[in-house]
Amino acid sequence: MSPTANKNSITLSEQSLGVIDSKSKAGSLSARALGRSGRQIRMEGLFKRTLVLMGLIMVILVFGILITLIVESVPSIKALGLKYLWGRTWDPVQDIYGAFPFLLGTLLTSFLALLISVPFSIAVAIFLGEYYPKGWFSNFLKNTVELIAAVPSVIYGFWGLAVLVPIVRSLETKIGVPPIGVGIFTSSLILAVMIIPYAASLGRSVIQMVPSPLKEGAYALGATRWEVIRSVVLPYTKSGLFAGILLSLGRALGETMAVTMVIGNTSQLPTSIFAPGNTMASVIANEFTEADKAVYLSALIELGLVLFLVTTVINMIGKRVISRFTND
Amino acid sequence: MKKNLFNSKFFTAAVMLSIFSFMGCGGGEGGGKTDSTAAASSSGDDNALIGAGSSFDNPLFSKMFSEYNKMNGLKVNYQSVGSGAGISQLTNKTVDFGASDAPMNGKQDSAVSAPVLHIPVTAGAVALSYNLAEVKDTLKLTPTILAEIFLGKITKWNDPKIVAANKGVKLPATGIVVAHRSDGSGTTNIFTTYLSKVNEDWSAKVGKGSSVNWPVGLGGKGTEGVAGMVKQTPGAIGYIELAYAIQNNMAYAKVQNKAGNFITPTIASVTAAANITIPPDSKISLTNTEAADGYPISGFSWVLIYKDQKYNSRSSDRAGKLLNLISWMIHDGQQYSSPLTYAPLSPAAVAVADAILKSATYDGKAILQ
Amino acid sequence: MTKMKTNIQFRINKSKGLQLLVIVLAFACVIPLLAILAYIIRAGITKINWRFLTNIPKPVGEVGGGIVNALVGSAIIIGVAAIIAIPLGILCGVYLSENKKSRLAYWCRLCVDVLQGVPSIVVGIVAYFWLVKPLGGFSALSGSAALAIMMLPIVVRSTEETLKLLPDSLKEAAFALGIPFHRVILKVIIPCGFSGILSGVMLSVARIAGETAPLLFTAFGNPYLTTNITKPMHSLPLLIFNYATSPYNDWHDLAWGASVILLVFVLVLNIFTKLITQRWKIQL
Repeated sequence: MSPTANKNSITLSEQSLGVIDSKSKAGSLSARALGRSGRQIRMEGLFKRTLVLMGLIMVILVFGILITLIVESVPSIKALGLKYLWGRTWDPVQDIYGAFPFLLGTLLTSFLALLISVPFSIAVAIFLGEYYPKGWFSNFLKNTVELIAAVPSVIYGFWGLAVLVPIVRSLETKIGVPPIGVGIFTSSLILAVMIIPYAASLGRSVIQMVPSPLKEGAYALGATRWEVIRSVVLPYTKSGLFAGILLSLGRALGETMAVTMVIGNTSQLPTSIFAPGNTMASVIANEFTEADKAVYLSALIELGLVLFLVTTVINMIGKRVISRFTND
Repeated sequence: MKKNLFNSKFFTAAVMLSIFSFMGCGGGEGGGKTDSTAAASSSGDDNALIGAGSSFDNPLFSKMFSEYNKMNGLKVNYQSVGSGAGISQLTNKTVDFGASDAPMNGKQDSAVSAPVLHIPVTAGAVALSYNLAEVKDTLKLTPTILAEIFLGKITKWNDPKIVAANKGVKLPATGIVVAHRSDGSGTTNIFTTYLSKVNEDWSAKVGKGSSVNWPVGLGGKGTEGVAGMVKQTPGAIGYIELAYAIQNNMAYAKVQNKAGNFITPTIASVTAAANITIPPDSKISLTNTEAADGYPISGFSWVLIYKDQKYNSRSSDRAGKLLNLISWMIHDGQQYSSPLTYAPLSPAAVAVADAILKSATYDGKAILQ
Repeated sequence: MTKMKTNIQFRINKSKGLQLLVIVLAFACVIPLLAILAYIIRAGITKINWRFLTNIPKPVGEVGGGIVNALVGSAIIIGVAAIIAIPLGILCGVYLSENKKSRLAYWCRLCVDVLQGVPSIVVGIVAYFWLVKPLGGFSALSGSAALAIMMLPIVVRSTEETLKLLPDSLKEAAFALGIPFHRVILKVIIPCGFSGILSGVMLSVARIAGETAPLLFTAFGNPYLTTNITKPMHSLPLLIFNYATSPYNDWHDLAWGASVILLVFVLVLNIFTKLITQRWKIQL
């Protein structure tokens, strides 16, 4: 049993043994030694209380965020009720607030981004976990994919504006859709690039954890490399991969800056994936500083609350799945 | 021992919760807290003022403030966040002054705790800028065409109505991409007020305001965002302040005014539009002017300050610096308007602005003599 | 017999083909990053010169000007955020690694996980209500506080993980020598886990260096160079965001130069962190 399991027993045992302070004379229970150890015990207690305080601060911080969001959304909830969530018009001039266009925009961009990025993430995970777990170019790939997550989102947005938008525009001219360049599709593309690392690194970890006897048994039965992956590795790591995808989704839902710069910023319901739209995060970024009516501001914060709750739930499910997977 | 730990946990929790609730109800306690911080900051850094608002004015203001800084060292931090945000931040008393191209409406008036003065500082034109590289002539647009483009009824540049107004100009079959503001904007207010006056359809469907429910188009943040969009998107049309169009070599259209003439936005045409009687509170719209050679989509732009400058423990020094700045802006500062194609204030407008400034008080006494 | 052979051959080919597909897809992920890096460096590196680094922006529409206010502003905001978050985060990580079973530790761990997933714009909203409104104005301090909130989960997590890796015998030996608890933690455990904790700190700094959303409603921006944290301050990501969406070519150039600086800073931090963690694992 670790000595740190019960802080109080440490103090007791130290007291009974007599603290051998390096500064005191060689270990006798002289009054002077006890006096010093008294102060030290007080310092220890103070330190332990500080640690507890830090833990408490963290909890208070997160609950504080939740409470602030709820308190500030109350005016909007009282005025608009639940139909806020499926109202289709967002018209601050006439005080009509319907969040559905933004919910739709968020869901469309995130799921489309997920759809585009999942094949790549899984491929990276299989590549690093199964085919080439060691070696210099696997290291290179692993580090590069993790660096994708490190690039600031505003830089992705800027690059998207400068490079992706003209490309999408010429694509749209070929298809025959209005060539505006910005829109749901472009944001999904950028989001897809940004969320690859999350599913990839988690996927790699769980794939590496597949026990060798399982795979060797399959090889012994005459399976090819791919068949082992498909029939043994993937089913075994299904929940881990799922958790990784959930983490990617959580990240995509909350992404603000890159999306704001390329989504077109309109409050109309998007009519196609090439149309402009808006996500919950980008509408908050655009309209927060100028919401001058109490209900307007509160409606925006209600969006923030919805965003907070949705991302929290998704991340929690993901983490729950991972912990169950690693404990099984 | 265990009792000790238990008690200390509760103790620390109680301390934290009380601190947190202190922070949370910022309204009541905020006054007390603000006093000490604001006093410290205002006495320490009274040589810097903070303003926020209209992106319409941004080119002019940034030049004016840069010159003023050279003259007497006062730093003015102006953020071009849109008229709506400027009014909102002034209401929250987080800035010294706001700037807006639309006077505060009834709802905004009722949200402020004290009267707000509107001081006109310049007049400018809302230009309709478009991106049609193949078309070398300046396009002429009638009010009906404008309304229908922004309503989404006219969707191609070679629409018969546009062709009819621009005889002899070869118009491509490119689709029209509408660009509008995504944030609350006085420029939007000027433009939509104009459209509501000249087109019943627009007035019924969309109306006017700083932030409207646009039927079609892409949103850009600030005039900078709209201008950026128009510049980068072939076939785009957007409404931006004239200075932006000129500084970026973008084409802008001639608009037909009430008298039937197609007017190019220039200093002269804006000044003609601004040549009307200005009410004492200076809140007036210049759109759809009666003047024969006036540009129909012009507007004043106002600096907004609280009438009573003694709030939130502002010092009289700070109030004085603010009023001196604004006074300079409407007198000597006007020399910077024309090079940036803003219309300098007419003598009548300056007189009204002066009168309004003189009504600002600190602790009951007028600040400017 | 032949049927079985061709069946096996087909399966082997399928396996090889899919292996190729996986390799192609995996390496395809590298392409966007390299493309972005190449583009930004090419577009921005020519814009960086002494004038760029030492001047403040010129009035709107005038050519020239630099980004020094954003550079200094970013440094100050990040520095203050680090000062707030690092002690808090490390101590919290220590608390979590010392208390695996208590109720508070369970909730604390849960809250750290929640905090990690909170979108940055929500943190900005909350910082506005907690710090900007009550204090009556925008300030770099509120921006730093918002960024510190975002740094905390990363610092806490990495501290906790690093300390969990340390052998218990280390702590037990220290206690056996009679060293009091706080000295054990501060003088023995934390120095031993230093590289892991440092890598967590650097990762968190790299994360917030590029964050824009929390600063939109807190630090506000400032065209002048200032070092006063109770006043609004500019920062690199804010500058990039504002200039990128503007029509002025000159501003675009400034934004590219700023992007290069920001990107290089973030990538260097990340690469450095990786080197440290790899060395740390080898030491163990």
